[in-house]
Amino acid sequence: MSNDFLPLLYSFHFYLFGLIAIAASIAFVTRKSPVAAALWLVVVMFCLAALYVMMDAQFVGVMQVLVYAGAIMVVFVFVVMLLNLGEAAPLADVRSKWGRLLAGFLGLALVAEIMALTRSPLDPRLVVPQLPVTVNSTGGIIGGVAGPLFREYLLAFELTSVLLLVAITGAVVLGRKRSAN
Amino acid sequence: MLTEALALSAVLFTIGVIGVLTRRNAIIVFMCVELMLNAVNLSFIALSRLYGAGGQVFVIFVMTVAAAEAAVGLAIIISIFRHRESVNLKDINLLRG
Repeated sequence: MSNDFLPLLYSFHFYLFGLIAIAASIAFVTRKSPVAAALWLVVVMFCLAALYVMMDAQFVGVMQVLVYAGAIMVVFVFVVMLLNLGEAAPLADVRSKWGRLLAGFLGLALVAEIMALTRSPLDPRLVVPQLPVTVNSTGGIIGGVAGPLFREYLLAFELTSVLLLVAITGAVVLGRKRSAN
Repeated sequence: MLTEALALSAVLFTIGVIGVLTRRNAIIVFMCVELMLNAVNLSFIALSRLYGAGGQVFVIFVMTVAAAEAAVGLAIIISIFRHRESVNLKDINLLRG
């Protein structure tokens, strides 16, 4: 119904990021060292952010990179280092020459593609498929999310602030050293 | 792309469940929970393409709850580590009678 015609480029990237996400998540569950596992999980989150952008949720994609990969995972890695759980082994899993070459090639190819596509005079409809429903028709990318967030879900949004306050207080109380009682 | 996105979401969720059930390191179990939340977020986003932006709003709420959960959960892990000098789930049996 919705995918009667999808440009090849779009499908290719969808499958590419999906496969990277699956491979990285399998690597994530099988790692022994918590730091290596956390770094693989960051790879999964970046892939998911790319998929969000491809599925017309650009704002959520940015939030995914900023909040999940940038803040939550840093807290995890920080706790691992605080508790001194990291293994002494080298962190990078991709150590063979071919693995590094493949990783470098993949990164360079994606960067080159961005450069080429942003400068090309192609019709955008050939690159990005049409929306089945125009979700973000008014207010642009952020307005499409902010509208419902501050209208229908305003109460939930306000309650979120209470939740965060409780969580911060709880974390501070739990993490504090016990005083001599 | 909806089918593929939902399938990917299911696969990621399953990998997260397997991690929670098989790993013995409390921090890695926590990260598996984060992976499961991410998988659910993916299906929210995929369906929000068809049914409007409410799904994206929910993803933002899920991210907030995940941040709160990570903060409290890691504080609990640190506090347990102080007592037991371990984050292995086998050693964590404070509630056992």
